[in-house]
Amino acid sequence: MSRPAIYGLLAEFHSADAIVEAAHDVHAAGYRKLDAYTPYPIEELIEALHIGRSRVPRIVLAGGITGLLAGWGLQYWSSVIEYPLNIGGRPLNSWPAFIVPSFETTVLFSALAAVVGMLALSGLPQPYHPVFNVPGFALASQNRFFICVEATDPRFDREGTREFLKGLGAVEVTEVAH
Amino acid sequence: MASTHHVEQPVVGPGHTFVTVTDKIASIVLQKKTPLGWFFGFAISFSVLMMLLATLTWLVAKGVGIWGVNVPVGWGFDIINFVWWIGIGHAGTLISAILLLLRQQWRMSINRFAEAMTLFAVACAALYPIFHMGRPWVGAYWLFPYPNTMGLWPNFRSPLIFDVFAVGTYATVSLLFWYVGMVPDLATLRDRAQNRGAKILYGVFALGWRGSARHWNNYETAYLILAALSTPLVVSVHSVVSLDFSVGIVPGWHATIFPPYFVAGAIYAGFAMVLILAIPLRWAYGLQDFVTMRHIENMAKVMLATGLVVGYGYMMEAFTAWYSGNTYEKFLLVNRALGPYSWAYWSLILCNVVVINTLWVKSLRTNVPYLFFVSLVVSVGMWLERFVIIVMSLHRDFLPSSWGNYRGTVFDWSTFIGTLGLFATLFFLFIRFLPAISIFEMRTLLPGAQPREGKA
Repeated sequence: MSRPAIYGLLAEFHSADAIVEAAHDVHAAGYRKLDAYTPYPIEELIEALHIGRSRVPRIVLAGGITGLLAGWGLQYWSSVIEYPLNIGGRPLNSWPAFIVPSFETTVLFSALAAVVGMLALSGLPQPYHPVFNVPGFALASQNRFFICVEATDPRFDREGTREFLKGLGAVEVTEVAH
Repeated sequence: MASTHHVEQPVVGPGHTFVTVTDKIASIVLQKKTPLGWFFGFAISFSVLMMLLATLTWLVAKGVGIWGVNVPVGWGFDIINFVWWIGIGHAGTLISAILLLLRQQWRMSINRFAEAMTLFAVACAALYPIFHMGRPWVGAYWLFPYPNTMGLWPNFRSPLIFDVFAVGTYATVSLLFWYVGMVPDLATLRDRAQNRGAKILYGVFALGWRGSARHWNNYETAYLILAALSTPLVVSVHSVVSLDFSVGIVPGWHATIFPPYFVAGAIYAGFAMVLILAIPLRWAYGLQDFVTMRHIENMAKVMLATGLVVGYGYMMEAFTAWYSGNTYEKFLLVNRALGPYSWAYWSLILCNVVVINTLWVKSLRTNVPYLFFVSLVVSVGMWLERFVIIVMSLHRDFLPSSWGNYRGTVFDWSTFIGTLGLFATLFFLFIRFLPAISIFEMRTLLPGAQPREGKA
């Protein structure tokens, strides 16, 4: 498939109400290559775009289990196998004492997994993205709400989609260069 | 969530919009002229930080002998200050994590700088055990499990090693939580900066954040998970710190009440520090609309509640000492009240039991200068608490032949005051270069921010 001439169309809205309503309509019209950009999280918008639940929790679970095994393993290996120390006649595998560091490594690995997982699933860090080419897009981090219909969507039509977005009450619809 | 039955004061002053909130907070960093007071405060803090640097250099050159620690009081100012600082950090995590899980929206205007406070306090705390080793680069092998040429591994049965894991994890997770919470605001600063250098710098740390709904979905999930992880973590950190003492058999340390009592004390001291920072900050930058009287009063209430738990801890310590029938514990009780350091014990009771109870009175609780004064008193009180626990327990142990007295030397004081300088320097830099209040979370609190139900 050849690359479309533009990245997509960016429709600007002025309120949370307007963008959630528009997102419902765009999705209902069959568009799927979509994204919305807002200055703060809006739960209803995520639902309207049918984004689905984040996969971050699964990554965190994997991170937590790794942390638990790594922490426990380190303590067992160093205290029982590599460097057995007789401390007041206590058993080498003093598991009650190992609970605390194991708990801490579990939390540490889970937290790292949460952050790395969140960034990886979002494709961040990403220094360049076409939507930044639109001058008004800087307001997406302040007080404006945007929906971007990407040109790779099978229903995308440069003129038709523009009219459609205008009809949804977009204040402005801009073409996004690659 | 705002639809509680009784009328509550709003968490944001009236008349604010997305634009005014963004402007007000971002302009402190980007546009406004740096106030003269900032330069003045920074200059003092930085000079004090240089004193810390000089002290630590001298410490490394001469050894820990320049501090007052010696047999029988081997833990002095260094451990007192370690516990004091790490405790202060706890309020930041409580505000950012536990109040988030409890959906306390008023946390949103104070969580950012409370988290910064946590980070800086942990940094100050970490200096003490490291420099208490005298030769920090030699001591690393018994703190950190790394393969070394001596083939040695740390003893994982020791609470001191628990401490390394707990504090290390706490510092890392607090940093992650703080940074992740700041990414959308860094993007705001990137988009508003006029100066090219600032644009690039904020841009790098904003990681290309563009507020995509997909990203927000992952972001909110990750943020909630971090909060859920930080909650047990923060409880574990001061519990572990208390194990440093309670696992030992020294009278005054060997008590099962220590973990909860330390955690309450940590939150108590931490809220005092949040108030000490918030009160001048809202005044200097005109942030009364964001850090409202409701925030101030809520923090005072938390301080009062945790203060009562701390008071209960003192009572139980005395009760257990008497009820145990243990000669040494009973002696400790008498020694605290009447011994050479009784001034410290009674000042502690004055600070943490008497003064704090004045906050039951609403007019005092909402009197900002008075509250600032109480917060200072609480900070002193919590420092004295650690002095009482550490020094007073060690200076009179089981054998009268090994008794001794302790006092901090000039270097003990210059280290302590120096870390106050480090803390203040970092905080001044933070309010100058980073958004001190979470802008994107403040936006969610504004009228019209959430779509109307039924319409969507």
